[in-house]
Amino acid sequence: MNYLPKSLATGFLLAIFASSSVMAAATHPVTGETLADDQTFTYSLLDEFTSVDPQIVEDVSGSDIVRDLFEGLMNQDADGNLVPGVATGYTTNDAKDVYTFTLRDNAMWSDGNPVTAHDFVYAWRRLADPATASPYSWFAEIMALENVGAVMSGEASPETLGVTALDNHTLEVRLSSSLPYFAAMTTHSSTFPTPEWRVRTFGNDWTKPGNIVSNGAYVLTEHIPNERSVRERNSMYWNDDATIIEKVVALVINDENVDFTRYLANELDKGTVPSGQFIRLKQDYPDEATSFPRLCNYYMTFNLSDSGPEAFKDVRVRQALAYALDRSVITEKILQAGQINAFTFTPGATAGFEVPPVAFGQMSQSEREAKAKELLADAGYGPGNPLSFEYIYNTSEGHKKIAIAAQQMWKEVLGAEVTLANQEWKTFLKTRGSQDFELARGAWCGDYNEASTFLDLMTTPSGYNDGKFSNAEVDSLMLEARTMDDASANYTRVEEILANEMPTIPVYHYAGVFMLKTNVKGWPYNNVEQNWYSRNLYKVAK
Amino acid sequence: MINYIIKRIGVAIPTLLILIAVTFYLMHAAPGGPFTSERPLPPQVLANIEAKYGLDQPIWRQMINYLWGILTEFDFGPSYKYHDRTVNEIISHGFPITLKYGFWSFIVAIGVGIPLGAIAAIRKNTWIDYLAVGVSIGAQVLPNFVMAPLLIIVFTLWLDWLPGGGWNGGEWQYLVMPVIALSTSYMASIARITRSSMLEVLNTNYIRTAKSKGLPTKVIFFRHVLKPSLLPVISYLGPAFVGLITGSVLIDIYFSTGGMGYFFVNAAFNRDYSVMMGITIVVGALTILFSLIADLLYAWIDPKIRY
Repeated sequence: MNYLPKSLATGFLLAIFASSSVMAAATHPVTGETLADDQTFTYSLLDEFTSVDPQIVEDVSGSDIVRDLFEGLMNQDADGNLVPGVATGYTTNDAKDVYTFTLRDNAMWSDGNPVTAHDFVYAWRRLADPATASPYSWFAEIMALENVGAVMSGEASPETLGVTALDNHTLEVRLSSSLPYFAAMTTHSSTFPTPEWRVRTFGNDWTKPGNIVSNGAYVLTEHIPNERSVRERNSMYWNDDATIIEKVVALVINDENVDFTRYLANELDKGTVPSGQFIRLKQDYPDEATSFPRLCNYYMTFNLSDSGPEAFKDVRVRQALAYALDRSVITEKILQAGQINAFTFTPGATAGFEVPPVAFGQMSQSEREAKAKELLADAGYGPGNPLSFEYIYNTSEGHKKIAIAAQQMWKEVLGAEVTLANQEWKTFLKTRGSQDFELARGAWCGDYNEASTFLDLMTTPSGYNDGKFSNAEVDSLMLEARTMDDASANYTRVEEILANEMPTIPVYHYAGVFMLKTNVKGWPYNNVEQNWYSRNLYKVAK
Repeated sequence: MINYIIKRIGVAIPTLLILIAVTFYLMHAAPGGPFTSERPLPPQVLANIEAKYGLDQPIWRQMINYLWGILTEFDFGPSYKYHDRTVNEIISHGFPITLKYGFWSFIVAIGVGIPLGAIAAIRKNTWIDYLAVGVSIGAQVLPNFVMAPLLIIVFTLWLDWLPGGGWNGGEWQYLVMPVIALSTSYMASIARITRSSMLEVLNTNYIRTAKSKGLPTKVIFFRHVLKPSLLPVISYLGPAFVGLITGSVLIDIYFSTGGMGYFFVNAAFNRDYSVMMGITIVVGALTILFSLIADLLYAWIDPKIRY
């Protein structure tokens, strides 16, 4: 008989508690805005992510999830600046080849274990260890960790890698060469810590909901491949009090038009802009359609190796083709989403990089075309002896449109006979990587926000230099840049050399586009890498 | 009959082996591999990874190891692309989804297609016939990649009746649009086949005899017309059923169902050898099984066929 009144009383108390906690969460602690009752953020992915294992993940959408689930040494703020993560700070020696990170003592894994320097040591060894077979192990290589080459090739044990836990809260990193921007690299998902005890217990299954333990603001609670994944607030996260979004739902929607329809039907808070529709959507939804510069470039690379065509060995031919390309037609008529005409290899949005005024970028298009005709005629090509070559690109409607436009421009301005060929992605990579092409499409997205992530591609030893461009001055400038506090003069000089030598034709620098509901706040629009953290977002009441 | 079944199974095993061998060879003949990427791995690292997965061995040995794994442990191997999933997991997740929407599409296609064709045949050259033929031709020419986005615009955006995609364990709300999109063209084919074969049967002498001896129309239809008219439909249904339950990449893309079709196509692009092989074997085995079932059904319906 006593049971009923008691349970009623409990219910009453719970109701008061619940309503007071809702009231407490009803305004944003900093801005004072009224918050929506439902703090669930739902967004779409165009494709299933490869993994949420920090050392395995290789795609952008997977990295976005990993950044919510795990926290590395350093984080980025809304402007892309470096801010403390698990590390409260770091020191470095004069040579900038030894970094010592101090870890906070209140960082916890979602199972209550403390996050220690040993977790980072384990993760970084795991990244380089050939037994992990990480598709992102190359990141350990560009981090220049001491002994990384030998570890990756299996010649040395992972224990010899240049990373040591001096104690639970001090991590020492030794590099094989000086890297002034090393700390910025620790915001990359492949450097995030991994719970060794879970990996040992569950093997490859450790990332499944229920098995996974993470140290970020969220934990993975549901994952249905190719359909949806859910991550929920991690109460053990050291800064959990500042988190507002309770639950993040990522839906896989493979078709961008369906994605957009579902966004309009309010199934998504963040959705995709179907290609070529940005201008129209910006007019119809000015506060929702967003375009931002991305750290990616689109270029065409000449095959300058011995297997390449004789014509491209002549710098005048390369320049003529670069000059004759009307970039405005491509960015303004074909792509229409805020892409930027490119005359340099490095995008202007890259931190600390001033776009140098390279000569051909300063001319008008008609001047460039006149110059292009002159250059090609000097090189001995003309109506009687037209330039002819093949341009290959990976199969995609977008690349096809650009290829057809370029073919037409080269035909009209230079009388060149260009054949187009498309190949399926992996076949294309194989063809380009084995220098079995004449002119090929290329694109590169920065791995970190610094010009060397682009310009290193133009050095002789780079594994990604598919055109096999080789210039001793570029090599030495880039080598020297590694140890400089401010290498911008070197980067400017390299861009000038590239504009003269024209090993690649810069076409445009990417823009990212998306739709975001107006009640979602806190999006880091000014972070050019678009490294967003759900814990910084919040939804205001409509 | 039993002898016939045993004989067919005897043929099925080498057929499947040839399928596996050809697929295995073609798959490895395609340029690039599971670890080819825009950022090529250093050769030594690539060699280590390939050794880990046994990709450094000759193709014939890889194939034997692969088959051995299937026969002894029913293990179709790991996915090269999705490190936390095995092929067994991918198939056991995706196949039931595909099976469910495929099965319901099959039921809808038959349930609507056969009556539609039959009514059109019985009421030949009336407005009902023209309407039925019109509907089936319309459904036939409207491809599901047009139909699917239209359905989502109508039922999700305008009417707000159904969720725009997802699976959610196969609840009916999530099933409606995939089934409509997938079944229409099958439904249309079934209707047209039923109509033409029924017209043929209606013009036969034994139907005329049945009519002249005064049998009621219902009896004539169900006893004498329906069964023989369905023979061509049955021979169409066998392969159609396999097509429906082995996955439609378009349905998976438009409705985010998570079915097997998308995994299959994606595996080919990713050179995810083991996933591609696993799904090929499942689809191949099902194709063989259902063509056998269709043949047996045929014999049951048509007394002239005896095995």
